[in-house]
Parts: sequence; C-alpha cells; structure tokens
Amino acid sequence: MHIVVCIKQVPDSAQIRIHPVTNTIMRQGVPAIINPYDLFSLEEALRLKDRFGGRVTVLTMGPPMAEASLRKAMSFGATDAVLLTDRKFAGSDTLATSYALTSAIRKLHEEEPVDLVFCGKQTIDGDTAQVGPGIATRMNMQQLTYVAKIEDVNLDSREITVQRRSEGGVQVLKSRLPAMITMLEGSNSMRFGTMDDMFRAARTPLKLWNKDTCVDDEAKVGLKGSPTVVSKVFVPKPRAEKAKMIEAEGGASAQAAAAIDMLFTTYPKLANDLVR
Amino acid sequence: MIPYSAPIQDMRFVLNEVVGMDRVSSLPGYEDATPDMVDAILDEANKLASNVLAPINFSGDQEGAVLENGVVRTPKGFKEAYRQYQEGGWNSVPFDPEHGGQGLPWTVAMAVQEMWQSANMSFALCSMLNQGAVEALTEHGSDDLKSIYLGKLISGEWTGTMNLTEPQAGSDLAAIRTKAVRENGHYRISGQKIYITYGEHDFTDNIIHMVLARLNDAPPGIKGISLFVVPKFLVNPDGSLGDRNDLRCVSLEHKLGIHASPTAVMAFGDNDGAIGYLVGEENRGIEYMFTMMNNARMGVGLQGVAISERAYQQARDYAKGRVQSRDMTDAKGEPVAIIRHPDVRRMLMTMRSQTEAARALTYYAVSALDIAKKHPDPAEAAKGQAMADLLTPVVKAWSTDLGVENASIGIQVHGGMGFIEETGAAQHLRDARITPIYEGTNGIQANDLVFRKVVRDGGAAAGVLFAEMRGTVEALKHLPGDDMAAISIGLGKAVDALEKATTWLVENGKRVPQAAASGAAHYLKMFGITTGGFLMARAAMAAQQGQADPNADQRFLDAKLITARFFADQFLPQAASLLTPITEGHLTVTALSEDQF
Repeated sequence: MHIVVCIKQVPDSAQIRIHPVTNTIMRQGVPAIINPYDLFSLEEALRLKDRFGGRVTVLTMGPPMAEASLRKAMSFGATDAVLLTDRKFAGSDTLATSYALTSAIRKLHEEEPVDLVFCGKQTIDGDTAQVGPGIATRMNMQQLTYVAKIEDVNLDSREITVQRRSEGGVQVLKSRLPAMITMLEGSNSMRFGTMDDMFRAARTPLKLWNKDTCVDDEAKVGLKGSPTVVSKVFVPKPRAEKAKMIEAEGGASAQAAAAIDMLFTTYPKLANDLVR
Repeated sequence: MIPYSAPIQDMRFVLNEVVGMDRVSSLPGYEDATPDMVDAILDEANKLASNVLAPINFSGDQEGAVLENGVVRTPKGFKEAYRQYQEGGWNSVPFDPEHGGQGLPWTVAMAVQEMWQSANMSFALCSMLNQGAVEALTEHGSDDLKSIYLGKLISGEWTGTMNLTEPQAGSDLAAIRTKAVRENGHYRISGQKIYITYGEHDFTDNIIHMVLARLNDAPPGIKGISLFVVPKFLVNPDGSLGDRNDLRCVSLEHKLGIHASPTAVMAFGDNDGAIGYLVGEENRGIEYMFTMMNNARMGVGLQGVAISERAYQQARDYAKGRVQSRDMTDAKGEPVAIIRHPDVRRMLMTMRSQTEAARALTYYAVSALDIAKKHPDPAEAAKGQAMADLLTPVVKAWSTDLGVENASIGIQVHGGMGFIEETGAAQHLRDARITPIYEGTNGIQANDLVFRKVVRDGGAAAGVLFAEMRGTVEALKHLPGDDMAAISIGLGKAVDALEKATTWLVENGKRVPQAAASGAAHYLKMFGITTGGFLMARAAMAAQQGQADPNADQRFLDAKLITARFFADQFLPQAASLLTPITEGHLTVTALSEDQF
C-alpha cells in the first residue's frame, strides 16, 4: 500500500505574541511546525501502514526550511519524504499549489502506484481547505473530506469505507481506491516518535524536487498560475448591537406573536410605516 | 494530577551555550548528536515524560508497589508506561551500538533522563539501575555473557539490578558475606541482599541481578569480593527462558518516599544456591563497581536537579493561581496571586536559580565524561576524565542537597496546602530525601572530593577548573552592564575562598585527615556553589551575547541573565562564609568525647 500525505509547514500560531506597545505581531523566534490538522491525516496514514504494510511518503511544497517538517514527519514513522521547492513556486495560491502537488503525486505514482492521498482538513495559516479537494479533482480521485474514522480498507476489492462527519450526523461512505482523504481533528492522536525513527529521519536523504522534476506547465505554478487576488486585508468591525433572545411559552403561534411584539417594540415607527 | 513539562528551552541553552554541545558532537562516534537531532529527541522525550510518566507519579506514590505471593505488582499504569518507554527505544540512548544501543553522548542521555526523573522518579529508577548493570557487563563481561544478556538489557526487554548492600554491609562493602561457590562452569550464590531497587517487578519477563559475593577462599576485606550475573530465570542456549533460579524477593521495604519503586529484600540460594556467572575475574568485583560509579553518581545528582525542577514547576503554578492578600504597593486593591509577594518571589527565584545552576553543573560534568570516553587525543581525554572525576562527588552531593532544599521550599510556597498530601508538593520532598543517601552518602562524597579528588593530586585537577573560573571572572569585567560587574565580583570572591580552602586542605589533608574530614561537607558545598556560580556566569555571558540577535527569544535570555545575577548575589557570598568552618571546624566538630553525647 502506498500512501502519500501532503503536509505544510506553518508558524506555530500558539506562540505568536503581540508587541505590548505597537500591537503588532512579533514573529521573532516563532517556531515553525507541521500544520496541526495534517498530523491527524499523517497518524491515520501511519495506522494504515501498521495494518496493511507498505509505505507512507510525506510531501510538502515550501521553502528549503520546510525540510525540518518532513524530517519531523519521518521521526513519527513516515517512510520517506519529498520536498517540492523552487523559487518559481513562490506566491502560489491554492489552485497553483494543488497543481504542483498533483504533479509531484503523479510522479510518485509512476514510481509506485498511489492508493491513498491524505491532506490536512485545512491549514491554520490559510484556512481555505481547498488544496486537498483540488488535488482529488485533478487526479480524478474520490474525495472523502472531514473523515472521522476509517472503518475498513479492502485491498482486494479496492474499496474503502469511512465515517464522514456532516451537518446533522455521520455518513458512512464506501468508495473506490485511490481516494483523497482529509481527517477531522481529534479523530486520533499523533504517536510519540521512537528513537529508531528519529535516527532514520535524520539519516534518510530527502527527495528534493523542483519544477523541472515534475511540473509540465510552468504557467500553472507560482504567482503566474495563481488567479487569486488579495485586494484588501482588514479586521472586521464587531457589530454594535447584540442579538436578543426572545422567550415565549406556548406553541408556535405564541412564539410568533412574541417575536412580532418584539419587532414593534424595537422599531416604534414600524407600525406606522406598515399602515402607510 | 500535577502537570510537568520539560524545561526544554533551558536544557537546550545549557547544552548549546554553557556545556558547548559542539565539543561533544564533534567527538568520533557522536556525529549523530546534531542540534536538530537533539531537538527532536528532547521534544519526543518530553511527550512521553509529560503525557505518560508524569500523570502516574502521584497515583503511583499513593498506591505503591506491593508484594503478593512472591510477585511484585507495580502501581496502575506503570507496566504500560514501561512498555511505551521501551518500545520508543528510550532505554538504549547512550549505549554501545554494537549491542543495539543508540550510541548517543551521555550528555544528551542526561538531558533525556532528567525528564524521566522529573516526571516520575520512582519509575525512572528502574532504568537508572539497569544502566549500571549494562555498564558493568559492557566493560567487564565476557563475550558469552554479553551475547546472552547485554542486548536485552540495552533494549529494555529485560532489566538489570545492582545487589550490593547487606544488613551489615552498607557504606562499608568490605563487610559483604554473600557466598559464592565454584561449580562446573558457574557459581552457586547464597545470601541476603537488601535495598535492591526493582529487585522484583512486573515490567519484564526476566530480571538480571548483578550480585557482589565472596568466594570462600577469597582474601578478606574489599579485595575479596567478586561480581556475578544472577538471572531470575536461567537462559537457554537459544535465548529462551529456562528454569527459575534459586532466588526470591522476601519483602519490600516501607519507605519515606519513592513508594512506587519496589525496594526488595532478596534471598539468594534458599535451596541449592542460585546459579551465577562471574563477571571478569574473581575478587575484582569492587573495582568493577567503581568503573561505573561516575555515571551512577552523576545519575543520582541528576535526580536532585530533576526533583528541584518538578518542585519548582509545581510551586510556580500554585503561586500564580493562589490569591491571598493585597499587593504591598496597593493598600486598597483586590487580593492578588501570591506570586506578587516579594518573599514568595524570593523562594521561587531561589528554587529556579539553584535548579538551573545544578543542571548546568551536572550536564557540564557529564560532558567531561563524554570527552574522557571519546576524545581521540589521549591528553584531552585524560583532562576530561580528571574533570569528571573531580566534579562527580560535587554533582552527586550538591545537587541532591539542593533537591531536598528546593522540594522543601516548594512546600513552603504552598503554605498549609503544601503539608497536605493531596496537593502533591509533599511527595517531592519525600522522594528527594533518599538522594543524599544512596549511591554513596553525601558525607562519603565529601570525603571522596577532599581526599581522592583534591588532596591526592595536590589540587592539580581543581587548579585547572579554578583557572577557567578566573578566566570567566576576567572576561565578565570587560562586558557591559551592572549585572556582569556584580557577577564578576561575586564569582571572584567565591573563587578566592575556594582556592584558600583548597590550599588549606592540600597542606593539611594528609597530615591531619580528621581535621580535613571535619570540614569536608562544607568544602563540597563551597565547591558546588562556586562551580554553579561559574557556570551561571557563563550562561549570563551567553545570554547577553544572544540578545544581540533580534530573532532570539529575548524574554528567555533576559530571565537567564537576571537568574544568573540572582544566584551571584544570593548564593556566591555563601562560599566565602564557609571558609572558617572548613579550616577551623575541626576545633569543635570532634572535640567532645563520645560519652559527652
């Protein structure tokens, strides 16, 4: 079984402090970590490897310093790691990122067929939750997002059964392999790294790939390949008014009457306006 | 549940800036100890320590280890924690890669082991004792013994114990009576051993006892004792477990602390005699024990650091949360957390600065051991060995005395709540109290320092260290800021006193050993304070230098600097005050006749 886990290195937002005088974010000394949502996917991939054997490849696109995150992932038990790094990738939005990652996964697939791709549900810095589904679409894979539990994987019939959390309940979904999965937070907890894996992580050479290694269409990566335009960044103003709770006893009509009464009380001119 | 989180930032700072990890990781065989690797190891070890070992520390103390029908049951969660510890590969960190060890420097192993000891001292004792067994076998065992036992003791599949003490043979091992009788290819061991840490437990299938015993034709005294491997279950040639050996755990001691650690009374040879295998040569057992004494004593010193850290964390958290009385500067204000009160601050700073100084001293001393073991230049290796030998008794005794003191201050910070067992602060004091006693009492450490480490070489090894201290005093003078000036003056005076005391001991130690011994404990304390102050001064210099980097964690470096200054102001002056007790203590210490007591 070959599983690819896409991860991203992000600043540890829990350790960002605000400068007491200037109220700006103090980035000094803020450590970089693996996006916490990615860890649930990585752990799930490692569990599948424990059960079915095979290999887990961690993949990231980022600057050379992202190597630390890949080595960390290997110290938890990932088999090997690919760092996709190139100045030409800088400024990629989610469309360009998913294109570049898909290119890398295709190349990994040529080396050994990929059965599952795991992504984090979203990142803590971008929060878009678009890259995973983007990869699934490009690769024509089934996408199973917000998965709470993997119930079964049948390698003979090439099927996977998962529980997916959705509004109002849990869906039990069966899908064909290969598939792209994002795991829900809290669905598992990351194992502790062992000494053996830490040594392996330190000693195993990373695969360093750039645009020439796997990207066909250079126009689809980096700023060039990113149609997203950030026109403005602002802090939303909090609403001045608070919501009111209207309490009413009795059935639906009593509740409706209480709500209507409240409307007339809040907007004294309303009755007049309605008559007019 | 009392949380623990390893002080990774301070550990890293001490390793990189005070000890100089690059000096260690550049030694042949230690290339793997890169900064990234060390970071990864500390991070993962902290997860196990804080999530698995720390949560069962208090419950383990309450429940204790129990003996039922000859079987020892460790407290709830301990067995599972041991499995996790073993599967993580943590047991093998510093050992020989040839036998399955990770081959990392002892300096790194100590930082990791500090976490186990802080998180759960009772738990960590098992592997601490195992370490002694591994070392004895590695250094002195035959190839046969190594191939059967060493791999499994290193991996932690089995554990090892040290069987030294007997009722009449405590500090004086020459009085050992346990008998060994030659029998085709092995020996038959019979006798009773006491205070055997993890002598019986439920972590592993087999337990390998390292036993000191005497052959009937051996010369009397310390030169007639041999060391034997005596397994709980005999091992078949294919490595599987065979018959139960003739040994058993008779009872467990009821102790002041470390309740979860089973301290066994062991009976060997109730029937035909337990089968034992000689380590090395006959009658050289004590000598073999001493080759691993440095590490073992450093390990106990480390427990002092560890318990100080745990007690500090608990007192700090309590002081931040406990609201009592108004701030002194705000007569009409609301009551505040007690950490706002200066005397509580003084206590917390005392704990913090002493812990950091003892940590720096312990890691520094262990790094000298690494240099002694691995440096390619024999002269450098010898220097490392001399430094490690000199500092070992100081690490052991000073750090463990501080462990007790800091655990006691921790209770004081809690007020009445500290005296209540449920708070958890009392456990640290009870656990800490054994550390000045075992592995050579602190009194024996003081004599070791004075007579073996200082008087014997005429103060040569100490002189090398003092010269380094003088260099630091000078260097501090040229650095900006009042803090550096104050530290320089404080350290200078302490070194003056230490040199005077050393000169006095060298002159009088051989001539009037009674006089020298009367002040030995004070001398050791003076040595600890001054060396601790010296290393805190180096930390302050590194912190000031580090502050120039805008990306550095300024809050941490600032705190380091202030903590070092606090140590210099509050503790370095004590060094000079000990000079008179050292040189004149003998006038009264031994003056009374026995019947005047």
